[in-house]
Amino acid sequence: MNKLRTGAFHTGMILLSLLWLGPVIWVVVMSTRSFDDIAAHGVGSLPRSFTLDTYRQAWTDGGELRALINSMLVTVPSVALSLGLAAVAAFALSRFRIPGRRTILLLMLAGNLLPPQILLIPVAKFSELTGLYDTLWALIAVQVGFGLGFYTFVLHGFMRDLPGEIQEAATIDGAGVGQIFTRVMLPLTRPALAALGALSFTWIFNDLLWAITVLRTDDNMPVTPALLGLQGQFVSSWNVIAAGTVIAAVPTVAVFLRFQRHFVSGLALGAVK
Amino acid sequence: MTATISTTPVTPTRRRRRSARLSPLLVAFVLVPFAVESVWVFWPALQGFWFSLTRWDGMSPPTFVGVDNYVEMAGDATFRGALLNTVIWLVLFGGLSVLGGFGMALVLQRERRGVGFYRAALFTPVVFSLVVTALVWRVFYQPDGIADTLLRAVGLEQLIRPWLADPQTALYAVILPALWRQIGYVMVLFLAGLKAIDPALHEAARMDGANSWQRLRHVTIPQLRGVNAVVLSVIVIDSLRSFDIVWSLTKGGPYHSSELLSTYMYSTAFQSLRLGYASAIAVVIFVLALAVILGYLVRAFREEA
Repeated sequence: MNKLRTGAFHTGMILLSLLWLGPVIWVVVMSTRSFDDIAAHGVGSLPRSFTLDTYRQAWTDGGELRALINSMLVTVPSVALSLGLAAVAAFALSRFRIPGRRTILLLMLAGNLLPPQILLIPVAKFSELTGLYDTLWALIAVQVGFGLGFYTFVLHGFMRDLPGEIQEAATIDGAGVGQIFTRVMLPLTRPALAALGALSFTWIFNDLLWAITVLRTDDNMPVTPALLGLQGQFVSSWNVIAAGTVIAAVPTVAVFLRFQRHFVSGLALGAVK
Repeated sequence: MTATISTTPVTPTRRRRRSARLSPLLVAFVLVPFAVESVWVFWPALQGFWFSLTRWDGMSPPTFVGVDNYVEMAGDATFRGALLNTVIWLVLFGGLSVLGGFGMALVLQRERRGVGFYRAALFTPVVFSLVVTALVWRVFYQPDGIADTLLRAVGLEQLIRPWLADPQTALYAVILPALWRQIGYVMVLFLAGLKAIDPALHEAARMDGANSWQRLRHVTIPQLRGVNAVVLSVIVIDSLRSFDIVWSLTKGGPYHSSELLSTYMYSTAFQSLRLGYASAIAVVIFVLALAVILGYLVRAFREEA
């Protein structure tokens, strides 16, 4: 009886896993098929050819290289800046009796919960006004501004629960606010920062809406919106589109694999709080 | 809820002593991030409400028209369709991802051989962008793609249709990939919640003769109340925000059949250049999200207290 149940469990779960992984594997395989093979047998058939030229096409002709560089130019500073700003805000709000600190914290969180649609037009207009429109600066600024509230809230919860004695000791030793932050609190907050870092990397890297709101020129597009452009450029070359898709997915998969533990705990951090 | 919240041995009495002097650095620590968010979020949000009361093409300055945009909305069939689709989206995408994610979390909560692999498999799509997800599923829906090949294999070729181009199926063909990506995410949230439940509670219930259904009903679900509230808020907010997957697969078409409020707002703003009317649609999205946002904030407020 027990054996039967175990068997049923594994059979069911393997089928389900296949349903989840199947489409992904299919796309990876398709990215190595030749155009003639797909034209002759359709995208639904098994592969009868092998080529890696599709990756070269997506990489250079399709502009994925340019797009990946843009993505990195946006994502890395955005993650660093928003976590840095969130960390100092969370530190001040959680460890010191700042007047109105609870209101400030919740206001910042509320900003992050707003539907972005209400911000799109004003943000586009504001970046035109400041001359940032269609530059990566605009995208960095809006990613930092919009993400800040949530990161501050999560880091605040984490820092608040750190024991007060360490901070006391540092204060008695004559450490100033800045030193307490960099020498004492920051090292203790590292797990939460790693978790949020992995999460925010994928969020910002994967973003489409903000990019197509503040950017216009194809050459400035990060890889996520560029992927939609690639589809227009290589209309029926499904193998090249598949290769482009794989290229666009690799960075976030790599971050996930590298920071797997932090990534999942980060999601849980947001949820259980 | 979690251990981190119940254990609060922080010494509040000692902290009070520092209240007297706030160093300038500390003030900057709060004000700089707050100013950044003000410039890019708070101020634009206020402007958004104001723009919704104007007629504006983005070139000439906006003219105040009072509630005209909202009156127009009442008679706009596309808007009504988008609203209805958003509700369908909320129910199907939101409801099924909660059910699916919770179910998977229950099935995969116990550590046993293979569970790590199954969890990873379900979670994999979460790291992809929705545009990547859309392209993966485009292959699936392509004429002679995987969907059609599978249907032919089981002799149901009469069902075959241009899934994304048929107004009858477009919306559902878009929900499916969105679900595929969301279920693993919701599963992880519930797994974290299940882990926090004290096993002694289940043990006690079992001793009292409760079967597994009763334990689920009377132990697990009540114990997950905190996680449930968070998951529900996340799901509603995510549903109302959903844009990328629809935009990448159908752009709301054909004939607005898969149009959501978010995509209608975007195309009204940046393709039709009717910025005032688009702002009014955005305000409607905000109002729909408001109850959930407030609920989330009230919970957060209570915990910070």
